[in-house]
Amino acid sequence: MENEKIIKIEGLKKHFPMGTGRFTALNGIDLTFGRGEFAGIIGPSGSGKTTLLNIIGSLDVPSEGSAVILGQSVGSLTPAASAALRKSQLGFIFQTYNLFQVYTVFENVEFPLLLQGIDSSRRRQMVLDALEWVGLTDKIKSRPAQLSGGESQRVAIARAMVKRPAIVLADEPTANLDAANSHHILQTMEKLNRELDTTFLFATHDEKVIGYVRRKIFLADGKVAKDELVIQN
Amino acid sequence: MLAFKLALRNLLGAGLRTWLNVIVLSFSFIVIIWTKGLLEGWDRQAKHDMISWEIAGGQYWHHLFDPYDPFTLTDSHGTVPQQFAGQSGDTSIAPVLITQGTIYPQGRMQSVIIKGIDPDQNVIELPTSALSAGEGEIPAIIGEGMATSTGLKKGDNVILRWRDRNGTFDASEITIASVFKTTVPTVDVGQVWLPLEKLQEMMLMPGEATILITGKDMSSAPVLDDWIYKTREDLLSDVEMIIKSKSAIGIIIWGIMLLMAMLAVFDTQVLSIFRRQKEIGTYVAMGMTRGQVVGLFTLEGAMHSVLAALVGAVYGIPLLMTQSARGVAIPLNSSDFGISMAERLYPVYSLGLIAGTVLTVFIVTSIVSYWPARKIAKMNPTEALRGRIQ
Repeated sequence: MENEKIIKIEGLKKHFPMGTGRFTALNGIDLTFGRGEFAGIIGPSGSGKTTLLNIIGSLDVPSEGSAVILGQSVGSLTPAASAALRKSQLGFIFQTYNLFQVYTVFENVEFPLLLQGIDSSRRRQMVLDALEWVGLTDKIKSRPAQLSGGESQRVAIARAMVKRPAIVLADEPTANLDAANSHHILQTMEKLNRELDTTFLFATHDEKVIGYVRRKIFLADGKVAKDELVIQN
Repeated sequence: MLAFKLALRNLLGAGLRTWLNVIVLSFSFIVIIWTKGLLEGWDRQAKHDMISWEIAGGQYWHHLFDPYDPFTLTDSHGTVPQQFAGQSGDTSIAPVLITQGTIYPQGRMQSVIIKGIDPDQNVIELPTSALSAGEGEIPAIIGEGMATSTGLKKGDNVILRWRDRNGTFDASEITIASVFKTTVPTVDVGQVWLPLEKLQEMMLMPGEATILITGKDMSSAPVLDDWIYKTREDLLSDVEMIIKSKSAIGIIIWGIMLLMAMLAVFDTQVLSIFRRQKEIGTYVAMGMTRGQVVGLFTLEGAMHSVLAALVGAVYGIPLLMTQSARGVAIPLNSSDFGISMAERLYPVYSLGLIAGTVLTVFIVTSIVSYWPARKIAKMNPTEALRGRIQ
């Protein structure tokens, strides 16, 4: 299944205005990702990894080149089509979790399903399944303020996975976690990747994450410096 | 439906912040409705009392009569038309003869309007039966306002001077037979009421009158030579004008309350959009369009007014109903306002007033919710996700 290319990036450049000139965050990226990959986009701050993730997530558009996600070119999507792509096929995990503070754990995980218009009984079962994947079924009535960092990120994983997306984009998911929690959530994500065949892309410079991914793409100055597959024992 | 569900969930989840806004907004609702209801009640009471005490079904005026020009009183009188003459005590007509005069209470001189009316009339509520007095004295009734300004009370005698139809001055002592209480200053202030026949005799104008007050149940007003018919609406036009000018005050209070409501919601919206940037970015990342997020925030703001209407109903309905039934005590002497005001005013809350207020506040809060929410449409979601928008 990994041979099915669901992300195709060719000649991708992204410029941002800066003063009277411009800053080039991505400078000619060529990459493809297959279904079920567990890959890390690795690089220091400012190397362009978050920008690349944002474009793959159709939250931003290329300045030059193309990014085709599940057969849809990000640069030519209408806002509604772009939103529809994110709603059905993409999951996001953020460094700061970005949970809705006024919602319970259950309501946070339920949110993507509400947007999809799934009926309540099916929705409930899907939420409970997702919370079981991350081991938080006992916290469904808690609010984010009552959770630890590790628990919050596990809720965020459940929220990203509940709709069974094709691709999950995780931007520095362990940056705010201690080592034990980092390993816990990475193991959870690796398990979901294997069981559900979901493609996981990480933007990270955390050695712990790098130790888990099966493909490492090193970015430097907006270019792919190295792209290597990890040989697994 | 989804936006409604999410908006309600967000609002209720925000807890105290929401309820503080809702309480302020509900206060605005109640004050707006209470103020307008009180003014409406005042207006109705003023019109009702003027009809009962002065206007009845309408009035025929002698064609030369001008109530704003006392000089016309000399000539503005004529014989009561044949079909109305001699109908003492019935409810169809009450002729009134009007002239100028002077009284001398406690040695002071005071100009008055002298009005003669049939003691047996049943057309207006003026308690004229007190004018049926014994031989040899001239009974008079005055209102409480007149009694206060002259220092006269029941049983007092006072000199009244007048000019008859030939221009001859004459004077006599009158006796205050009764002091009546009314909320209608135009039958009270500066006026002395005498028996019609006595005044006709004093003025040398037997069988004559200046105006003819028609009964409330008079079906049609025949055309009469030398008499102009004034309908109830014509006669209420002055009070309608006063009500209109008074309603300007109501509009100012209404505007201030609306402004309070607007500020509460606007302030919350501006703060929300600044404080909830990451949430906005997350909504977009999860598949909402920016238009949907604008709609969600607008609905959240607008729903403050829906919750406020519900909260306001909880404490406002009993409060306003109690006031409507028991009335509101007016501590001031209201005659200086230029419009009659009872000691208690009974506010009137119509369905239109309540529905109109709720709808207006809902529309206004929707607009002030949408206004700052438009900014979301221009937000870059990647910047919003990092909370970097200033």
